[in-house]
Amino acid sequence: MKIVEDSPPILTALDRPNSYIGRSVPRPNLARLMQGRAQYVSDVVLPRMAHVAFVRSPHAHAAIDSIDVSAAKQAPGVIAVVTGAELAKVITPWVGVLTHLKGLKSAPQNALAIDRACWAGEAVCAVVARSRAEAEDACERVLVDYRELPAVTDPETALDPGTPVIHPSIGDNLCFERVHSAGDPDKGFAEADAVVETTFLFGRHTGVTNEPRAIVADWNPGDARLTVYQGTQAPHMMQNLFAKHLGLEEQQIRVVTKDVGGSFGIKVHTYADEMATVALAKLLKRPVKFVADRIESFVTDIHARDHRVTAKIGVKNDGTITAWEIDDLTGIGPYSVYPRTSGIEANQVVNLTGGPYTCGNYRARARVVFQNKNVMCQYRAVGHPIATAVTEGLIELAAAKIGMDPLAIRRRNLIADDAHPSQGPSGIKFEALSNHAALAHLDSMMNYAGLRAEQAQLRKQGIYRGIGFASFVEVTNPSAAFYGVGGARISAQDGATVRLDSTGAIYCHTGVSEQGQGAEAVIAQCVATSFGVSMDRVRIVMGDTDNTPYGGGTWASRAAGIGGEAAWQAGKALRQNVLAVAGSILQAKPETMDIRNGVVVDHDSGKERIGLDEVARICYFRPDTLPAGVQAELIATRHYVPRAWAFAFTNGIQASYLEVNTDSGFVKLLKHWCVEDCGTVINPQLVDEQVRGGVVQGIGAALFEQCLYDERGQMLNGNMADYLVPMAVEMPDIEVGHVVTPTADSELGAKGAGEAGTAGAPGCVMNAINDALRPMGAAPLTDMPFTPDKILRALGKV
Amino acid sequence: MSGHDCDITLTVNGERVTERVDARQTLVDFLRDDLILTGSHVGCEHGVCGACTVRVDGVLVRGCLMLAAQCDGAHVETIEGVSDLGEIADLQAAFEKRNALQCGFCTPGMLLTAQELLARGGVPSRETIREQISGNYCRCTGYQAIVDAIESVAQTRAGAKR
Repeated sequence: MKIVEDSPPILTALDRPNSYIGRSVPRPNLARLMQGRAQYVSDVVLPRMAHVAFVRSPHAHAAIDSIDVSAAKQAPGVIAVVTGAELAKVITPWVGVLTHLKGLKSAPQNALAIDRACWAGEAVCAVVARSRAEAEDACERVLVDYRELPAVTDPETALDPGTPVIHPSIGDNLCFERVHSAGDPDKGFAEADAVVETTFLFGRHTGVTNEPRAIVADWNPGDARLTVYQGTQAPHMMQNLFAKHLGLEEQQIRVVTKDVGGSFGIKVHTYADEMATVALAKLLKRPVKFVADRIESFVTDIHARDHRVTAKIGVKNDGTITAWEIDDLTGIGPYSVYPRTSGIEANQVVNLTGGPYTCGNYRARARVVFQNKNVMCQYRAVGHPIATAVTEGLIELAAAKIGMDPLAIRRRNLIADDAHPSQGPSGIKFEALSNHAALAHLDSMMNYAGLRAEQAQLRKQGIYRGIGFASFVEVTNPSAAFYGVGGARISAQDGATVRLDSTGAIYCHTGVSEQGQGAEAVIAQCVATSFGVSMDRVRIVMGDTDNTPYGGGTWASRAAGIGGEAAWQAGKALRQNVLAVAGSILQAKPETMDIRNGVVVDHDSGKERIGLDEVARICYFRPDTLPAGVQAELIATRHYVPRAWAFAFTNGIQASYLEVNTDSGFVKLLKHWCVEDCGTVINPQLVDEQVRGGVVQGIGAALFEQCLYDERGQMLNGNMADYLVPMAVEMPDIEVGHVVTPTADSELGAKGAGEAGTAGAPGCVMNAINDALRPMGAAPLTDMPFTPDKILRALGKV
Repeated sequence: MSGHDCDITLTVNGERVTERVDARQTLVDFLRDDLILTGSHVGCEHGVCGACTVRVDGVLVRGCLMLAAQCDGAHVETIEGVSDLGEIADLQAAFEKRNALQCGFCTPGMLLTAQELLARGGVPSRETIREQISGNYCRCTGYQAIVDAIESVAQTRAGAKR
């Protein structure tokens, strides 16, 4: 029996009477999901709704000499067949660049390819019909005359003089390059007693949301308004982009996001086929629906990772790290993705390598190159899994080389918990971290000494188990430094509006949105606590640009830390407003009263004074009985944006215990641990489940997931039978522990927790596999995913 | 290609339904598009992910691998019907308490698959529970909470029988 009971509140400053902060209350929106009564975008049906299917390029790179749509137009049920040139009259192209990533360049991308397709899967023609099936039937009748062009697929040769340039207008295949140097790396390596250098490879993989991308666009010429139902993480961002590229004003666009069947960063970008869908709705003056099927998801949902990092570390014999150096190369497809760009992940690798360690002698280069494969962009834990695996991989290889325990070498080099504020090797600023406390907690939680003894015992029996670790830092609560300063209209602030209804319940309208992580519950917990009602008296409204404060949405682990703080402050503000009017009614001083469990009470004695229902009744229906000049304001709005720090870095450490079958090459995961510090824990169960889900996505990257391409740019495993994701039977139980270091930037003190698991797990599993195989004399495995084939090769068995 | 229609009569969640369907239409598309029972989901469309799991004549099937035309005369049960009957109310309560779902897209199929195991009685091992739900992909939870919830219901049901 593992059902988690409510944990006792762990806070004091936020411990209002009946506080929900720190309690594992269930999410209020689960019943409809469990009864099949959710409304995902794929469920939305509107009157006169048509369906679009896309003709997609079978070639990685091809000129489009002509498109013959005559037969398709005659197919049953077809409403329209639209080419790229025709659609370009409705929607303008975009370029995915940000000014703070200096030198980053890309080419204009169209909703439908015009003249040339740049990856296998790019949409070149749209067919709109009464049903999706009829649209797909008619797609087969569209005759596209392709002329195949040389495909650039290998990032290693993308910059060679002999390689064709994908976009001649921008000169070469280099999207972005960043070079960074800090301290004195040359001196550091010269002082080292041992130097380890290796190349880490990270397979291209993707999010595989169970619900594919889905959008229903409804242009109503009578209202001159476009309503877009979209499974997106950033409704206001999309509102801006639809307006900008359709030539409309933002107030003409309403983006509605209901239930979303998984996001993980996949659904925070601009997709050409979704832009085409809104343009088709405008063109055809009726609702148009697009739901990606699974092969479309695999060849058009953003891919991620695909980094190759040559990395070097220097250490002294006592374990002191003396220098780091990395050279990262990543291929991002033919376009930098709009509007967040495809340079962010490589930039993050440079920022995050060296993590929370004291050694500041650091040299880095990252190059981002174009290629004729599907586009790559930000997916859960952007850059972190790479930087963490490189850093932690180097540390464990160095520890093995000098014969030092892997936890001991970390203790020697982690920034001291009392040395903050501090900065990492790349100059990233840490407000307060707890890496040593987290490590100590993990050490005891997993009984490290006991596991080492067990490992040694089993080795004598020919059983090869490994223990691996990964310390990490995680970017959360991003300020405007992430996107806003680069010119993207992506809000770093978020708002909440709280309103007392006529029966004493409250509505909270928030700019953050629910993707399944529990944002609705967390917002409700914050506002219920700060205002003073039970959670069943709170109704949360989210995911609707007509009805929520302007906000950034849900990404980069920002919903709880930023949206939660806004809700907390809005609840407090409404409490003051209600107490002001209650004071008028009761002829009492507002500051002598409080609101607790839906009742205005005397602050000190807790004696009941007046119910919220009665306050609301008087204010809404008998305001004539209030003293002259008293106007009740039963609504309050507050906003929040982190200001003191660019990011609220969280930290933690993971451990993996696994067994490698040295005959089959299979890895059995026995147990996984994670201790993390996301500051104030608003809902312990939700935090733990974010960590567990994140760890499993990271394990997917380490062991299974890879988008396999051939040299002609064809994806070979674009289905869920061949692209492997973690299954229940392969996954271990994951124990989660916490250290709590609140951020002082907000009253709530909460940081994000959505990506810590994914950040640390791949490197952690890699280290455990290498720990298991080290006594066999195997060369270290650094090429993810670690398939049985690669493990047997490392063992020299195949 | 379309154009081959079939008339079918079947029982869906206890209601008699007569419809004309395209011969190529899958059961899950029929449920979702024709009957607007959108609790059964389309994930992979080739029988791998389990999001479209429904019961046909008491047996779990993949709604994307069965044709609507094959269901003439069948009794089909979806998550909506099974929920309304209260058959899995305890399982749903355990999923809620344990937060055994995040986005919820896999959940209808996961619940029906779990109920198949629980209906056999006894308290299955965690390994057996993990095996049972391995044909239902969840991308959010990492599975542990789901295993916990199913295990707790098995224990409660077994205890209640004693």
